[in-house]
Amino acid sequence: MSMEFIQYGIGRWVHIMAGVMWIGLLYYFNFVQVDAMKKAAADNPPTGAGISKHVAPRALFFFRWAAVVTVLMGLMMLGDKVDDALFFKDNAYKPIGIGAWLGLIMFFNVWVLIWPNQKKILGLTPATDEEKNKARRVAFLASRTNTMLSMPMLFFMVASGGVFRRAIFGG
Amino acid sequence: MKNPLDSLWGTVISGLVLTVVLYYLARAMMGA
Repeated sequence: MSMEFIQYGIGRWVHIMAGVMWIGLLYYFNFVQVDAMKKAAADNPPTGAGISKHVAPRALFFFRWAAVVTVLMGLMMLGDKVDDALFFKDNAYKPIGIGAWLGLIMFFNVWVLIWPNQKKILGLTPATDEEKNKARRVAFLASRTNTMLSMPMLFFMVASGGVFRRAIFGG
Repeated sequence: MKNPLDSLWGTVISGLVLTVVLYYLARAMMGA
């Protein structure tokens, strides 16, 4: 098995599988869980405890580690072209560079804004009610920001290769 | 003014608008 096969063949396959899991769970949180939890909290008595206790921590585990695998595989595929992409040095790498920056901002949001605040919300780290309320707002907005960013990120990821790049950006 | 990210559809529309803006920015960066 050649290094090229591992870098591009295995790398792209694992990058997409992990990316589907990451963004799939992001969409689950934003399109399903947030609204479901609001409705569950309005029930009498509230019915969301099982989601908070059993579903959310498991979903967050796969969500944040899928983000790590996605980014690592993406960087592995860029290889020595990573500076061409991230610093927009070469026209051919500009679309993937924009996609990569969007992905890196989303990765930052997952590990720096969403996960530490979710730990407070789920009671995995101690927090007062006021801290929990603040954590809820920060985690929510970071998650919604990632949902918004996922749209151009996916556009630039799929628009970056060969025939697709030429069709979309010309040249 | 309401934050568009508070609404799911506001988020989706913001994502679409951002995609269009970044597409034209990318074309300009590429000299296309």
